[in-house]
Amino acid sequence: MNPIIAVGLKEFQDGLRNRWLVSITFIFSLLSIGLSYYGSVASGQLSSPSLSTTIASLSSLSVFIIPLIALLLCYDSFVGEQESGTLLLLMTYPISHAQLLLGKFVGQASIITLATVIGFGSAGALLSFTTDIGSIGPAFSLFIITSTLLGLCFISLAYLISLIVNEKSKAAGIALIVWLFFVLIFDLALLAVLVSGSEGLTQHGLVQVMMFNPADLFRLINLSTLNTSDVSGVLAVAINSGFSTSALLAAMLAWVIAPLGLALIIFRQKTL
Amino acid sequence: MTHLVSLKGVTKQYKQLRALDTVDLSLDGGEVLGLFGHNGAGKTTLMKLILGVISATSGDVSVFGRDPSSKQAWHGRKSIGYLPENVSFYDQLTGLEVLTYFARLKSVPKTQAMSLLADVGLSDALHRQVKHYSKGMRQRLGLAQAFLGEPKLLLLDEPTVGLDPIATQEFYTSVDRLKNQGASVLLCSHVLPGVEQHIDRAMILARGKTVAAGTLSELRQQASLPVVIKTHGINGALAANSKLAGFMVAADQLHIPEGEKMAIIKELMSYDSLSDIQVSPANLEQIYQHFLNGGESSTNAKELAQ
Repeated sequence: MNPIIAVGLKEFQDGLRNRWLVSITFIFSLLSIGLSYYGSVASGQLSSPSLSTTIASLSSLSVFIIPLIALLLCYDSFVGEQESGTLLLLMTYPISHAQLLLGKFVGQASIITLATVIGFGSAGALLSFTTDIGSIGPAFSLFIITSTLLGLCFISLAYLISLIVNEKSKAAGIALIVWLFFVLIFDLALLAVLVSGSEGLTQHGLVQVMMFNPADLFRLINLSTLNTSDVSGVLAVAINSGFSTSALLAAMLAWVIAPLGLALIIFRQKTL
Repeated sequence: MTHLVSLKGVTKQYKQLRALDTVDLSLDGGEVLGLFGHNGAGKTTLMKLILGVISATSGDVSVFGRDPSSKQAWHGRKSIGYLPENVSFYDQLTGLEVLTYFARLKSVPKTQAMSLLADVGLSDALHRQVKHYSKGMRQRLGLAQAFLGEPKLLLLDEPTVGLDPIATQEFYTSVDRLKNQGASVLLCSHVLPGVEQHIDRAMILARGKTVAAGTLSELRQQASLPVVIKTHGINGALAANSKLAGFMVAADQLHIPEGEKMAIIKELMSYDSLSDIQVSPANLEQIYQHFLNGGESSTNAKELAQ
């Protein structure tokens, strides 16, 4: 058996055994079904769900939860095995660094992918059966694809963290800081720059800065397809800037591949 | 003549620490080499070098005729079995799942994983999660892992830690079996009693340096440790015999240099009243003590002289 598949299979098995897959899927479907039907309550009115409010509230919640789940799932992937001694043992087997890294990625990425597809897909399916809102399919498909990409970005980042440090507890701490930085601090800093009225940042420049944050890319892609009246803040400015969705998706993909490549370089130089 | 494993003048320097200092080692097919030394003597570093996980600062390492850290040596890894010290396997998986995973990585059929688990006495715990295993069971799972794919070279770091006497005996039986099939074994151990019958040669390391190396009888000669002979029934006659009196340490006990052993035994046999005799050559533990203490005192002397 190809070692990549063997490792992937084992990681997937681990995810099943730890109930990760079940719990993530459950969280995602609870979140999306709940928001689809009761999302409007939050804005003070009881009305039938609208697609743009649903996607808007779903993506503002997912942008916090998906990175956190991906980091929690993977932060100890390497440092954990290093502590238990199996990483050293694996490196004496006929498997290369790249194969082990890719195998783990394949296994854990399929857990996240499956969870988003089932979790969010179930809400999409339910909505399209029970309401007469049009174009649920494309909007939800894009949402599921970007959610998966967001998850994969943070899996790669988690591997990077897991390979840089030599202690599990340190990896957990750094993962938490990384999470806070990308979902909160980055945007606050950006908002501060905008409010201070600095001349240097044009609308186009703003979106370019947002390319440096996968979480912002995720929001940008999902919200730009919607009615802009539901969107406020920094994003409203950014959305009007006219980057094509496919360009933004490519940027997200780059956010998956770049940390993974960097992780591989670090892994090869790591002394066990 | 090429050896299966050969190290020539190998030095491994970590930032501050010289883990190995110009160590030579060779291992042939079907040979069992015991590697002894205190914690931090460089045993694990030596194994990692042979496994190709780290590369030497200077000197030559060759395994199956290749540098183990090179890309060409990669396929040779299938015929190497390794049991690391203190390994804890994936707790969530069952014993069978763990071994199946390693078997897949080594391209070994799953049936072999099953029979190895039966060999190490884990057939009743196949489907139990590893987190419920006792220390000895985990160690046996590790051994089954090392035996996967009928390796030609086995590197075992503290293999008998946590094993009960019967499991230890079974472990040595499997080592002997693999040895008879032509496999070479490098065995690292703290548990000295019981190892002697199973090793062909021994090497003692201290602070990264080779203190002594050779077969056990060579080491005995180098150490010139006495053979201890206990006699029963000769009451007092020992002291009267001028040949024997010099070696006496107690009324019924003699310490004799290895070379004169036979002459003394023949002399003792001439006593009709001799009812029983116990001959015990210096055991591995004494040799180990001798070399490590001797080694340290000589380095201390050198340091003082400087």
